[in-house]
Amino acid sequence: MKFLKTDTSACSGARACEKACAMTFFKKEDSAYSCILHQKASGKSDLNVCNQCGACIEVCPVKALSRNKLGVVMVDKKTCIGCFMCVGFCPTVSMRRAPGSREPFKCVSCGACVKACPSKALSLSEKDHAGLPC
Amino acid sequence: MSIDFTKRTCYTADVEKMKAAHKLLVEVPFKPSLPERGYNNRSLHIDLTTMKVTEKQVTDQMKQIFIGGRGFGLWYLWNAIKPSTKWNDSENDIVISPGPVGGNTQYPGSGKSLVVTLSPLTGVPIDSNVGGYFGPLMKFCGFDAIEIQGKAKNDVIVLIDGQKGVIRIEEAPLESPDSHIAAELFTHEYANDHDDLRNVSVVSAGRGAEHALVGCLNFSWFDVRRGCTRLKQAGRGGIGSVFRDKKVKALVVHAPPVKGDMNHPVDIDRIAKVGVKLHREIHDNDDKQCHMRRQGTAHLVEIMDAYDLLPCNNFQFGKHPDVKNIESKVWDARFTQGIPDGCWYGCSMQCSKGADGHVVKSGPYKGDTVTVDGPEYETAAGCGSNCGIFDRDWLLEANFYCDTYGIDTISFGTLTAFVMECYQRGILNKERTGGLELSWGNAAAQLELLHRIARGEGFGLIAGQGIRRMKKIFSEKGWGDLAFLNDIGMEVKGLEYSQYMSKESLAQQGGYALANKGPQHDEAWLIFMDMVNNHIPTFEDKAEALHYFPLFRTWFGLNGLCKLPWNDVEPADNAMTSEPAKVPEHVQNYCEIFTAITGREIDKTELIRMSEGVYQFQRVFNLRMGYGKRADDVPPYRSVGPVTKEEYESRAERYDKQLKELIFVDPAGKSVDEKIAIHRKYREDRYQKLMDAVYKRRGWTREGIPTLETLKKFKVDFPEVVEVVKHHISKI
Repeated sequence: MKFLKTDTSACSGARACEKACAMTFFKKEDSAYSCILHQKASGKSDLNVCNQCGACIEVCPVKALSRNKLGVVMVDKKTCIGCFMCVGFCPTVSMRRAPGSREPFKCVSCGACVKACPSKALSLSEKDHAGLPC
Repeated sequence: MSIDFTKRTCYTADVEKMKAAHKLLVEVPFKPSLPERGYNNRSLHIDLTTMKVTEKQVTDQMKQIFIGGRGFGLWYLWNAIKPSTKWNDSENDIVISPGPVGGNTQYPGSGKSLVVTLSPLTGVPIDSNVGGYFGPLMKFCGFDAIEIQGKAKNDVIVLIDGQKGVIRIEEAPLESPDSHIAAELFTHEYANDHDDLRNVSVVSAGRGAEHALVGCLNFSWFDVRRGCTRLKQAGRGGIGSVFRDKKVKALVVHAPPVKGDMNHPVDIDRIAKVGVKLHREIHDNDDKQCHMRRQGTAHLVEIMDAYDLLPCNNFQFGKHPDVKNIESKVWDARFTQGIPDGCWYGCSMQCSKGADGHVVKSGPYKGDTVTVDGPEYETAAGCGSNCGIFDRDWLLEANFYCDTYGIDTISFGTLTAFVMECYQRGILNKERTGGLELSWGNAAAQLELLHRIARGEGFGLIAGQGIRRMKKIFSEKGWGDLAFLNDIGMEVKGLEYSQYMSKESLAQQGGYALANKGPQHDEAWLIFMDMVNNHIPTFEDKAEALHYFPLFRTWFGLNGLCKLPWNDVEPADNAMTSEPAKVPEHVQNYCEIFTAITGREIDKTELIRMSEGVYQFQRVFNLRMGYGKRADDVPPYRSVGPVTKEEYESRAERYDKQLKELIFVDPAGKSVDEKIAIHRKYREDRYQKLMDAVYKRRGWTREGIPTLETLKKFKVDFPEVVEVVKHHISKI
């Protein structure tokens, strides 16, 4: 399973990841359009992004969520009916809805943010996804 | 227990042959459209006598005053029928409307259809709130409501095809009318392919609705995980009986694929924001609160038992030692878990539980493997404890057959409980029931009664007419004393009670008996507020609650909403608010989504005002049909206090204490009969005082008639409405 690994101790808080992500998928710089979010909790950096756990797959009433060959959880926008239950039920609150959007969006482990990060706090990693929801 | 939730008997093998046997009677093209701000501004009228299909304009006045859903249903019905109309007259109208909020996919519980018709049980309008996809899909074809008037000669289906832009009326001779088959067949007949199955929804009844007056409608949706159609019921008031009387086998809608913005709301971000917030709240709190996602409403069984509120043996008793056999953990284990069970997209509450792999053990489908939709609390209590039955599998059997025959589980449960008490007391016997030993707990006999009701056979034909008619028949035959039958027959206005004991809650006695359509708890459920928490101690407090809650709940029916996500999950800090019973945060959510869809800005005060016009109009409608007065709002004594010695003795300590502390009578030395009589006088007097207080609060005369000022205040003072009221006020 290909997923985005975060190292919060290395994060400088530059938020280049958010801009890169929002630009890649929405051609915007606003973090409301980013799959990855930099947050500060008790003065420390935190990076919130999908860990590809797949809990959302079973929440979807129309099977619009599934894993691709790399194990990444994908939203099939054609099938999706825009209920956003996956957003409300994400265990890590990493499924998102962009303003004005009919469907949710999430990290697809594309790596755009990895390249943009100035402090090498992000990397793409592999993990066995046997036994996880498909 | 592990059950394969995809395994069930296949009924679609001959689907092509069945479709080929259809005979096209009418085909009318129409221009499919999507709503703007929640409305299409048109409705569809079908006359099955003349086979005419027409479109009607939904006017701004309709939207302002009647809003949609139940409001539209009542308005169209008013215009369709006369004061002399009976339920089986051709002009009776079945109206289905989802309301402006209905069909949004973001806010839980937004897929309801409201069905209105002239009830065969009550002679006044009935409204029933039902899930399933029909209403929203009809809206996404281009209609805010459908009316079915007239009667066909042979069994027909009505198809609204929003993908092809065509309305068709077809004779459909071969398909079974029974809903678990009819829904499956018609869904497959009209879907283009497998992926299109979920864009079809079917309304059907069943063979039972052809012979009984307690017929229900089933509204389907295609469950993509299970790979089968599921059913939700517009249960109350005999709508299914009207449907089959019109020779409608099914209404079928085939809509374009659903997307999240098809209502074309003014502000989709605003809806999504509150929708996601509620999804999260359900995610965080449901496991700690009501367990709706695992057990549906069946979680209530042991709670009601614990508070002496679970109807047992025809509402005589409120608890039973065998309740453990039908309590929530039994259903938790029996329902298939982990499948999204919403009856419309976006409902994360998911109470539409399914018990898969039920092997049918009686009747025409004996041996088949089926998915049972439920049981919900009402079915578990009505067909179970109220009949002294505490057997999981027989309950599933009763649930399955009621649904597929098109019989309302609530009326069936309550009328069977009445029949069983008549059997206990010798009013009925084996000879009178055609050999059925209808003693408490005899589940096999209960099922056989259901089969006979469905066939319209022998005693089944009598029982299927409901309690009000049974009381008359038993009395006329000299089987029982009418006064006693009136005491134990749990109906008001002709509708059977739903499944809560109201003996110790005066407010709930009113909640039931003052309800416009008859005793269904969806108008008001005040037992905890009143009996348990004592938050509404005075007559005025109770009257205030009986003003606010029926109107608040009416609003759900105007908009295509479900009541459950309002208070079957609550914000974690709800108890800290000034009015926790109202769940203020969720009330605000409703204001948000209504405004965000329609663009009409409302607040919590306006929300109640919107309902009040419709509610007052419905009261006048009852008057117009010859009912709707004080005498029609009086409950049977069984719902007010102890009728029999056994009932008194089962709670002797409580009743004796009440004699001393509330009535100031020393019970010592008094016989049980004397004590029952004292209680009765006290309780019936209190009920009359409650009626006075409620009528005053609602702006009605002492006879229960809305005043002209009230009608004017809520803008329902149309000339024909005023005429009805004037006629009654002048009589006084």
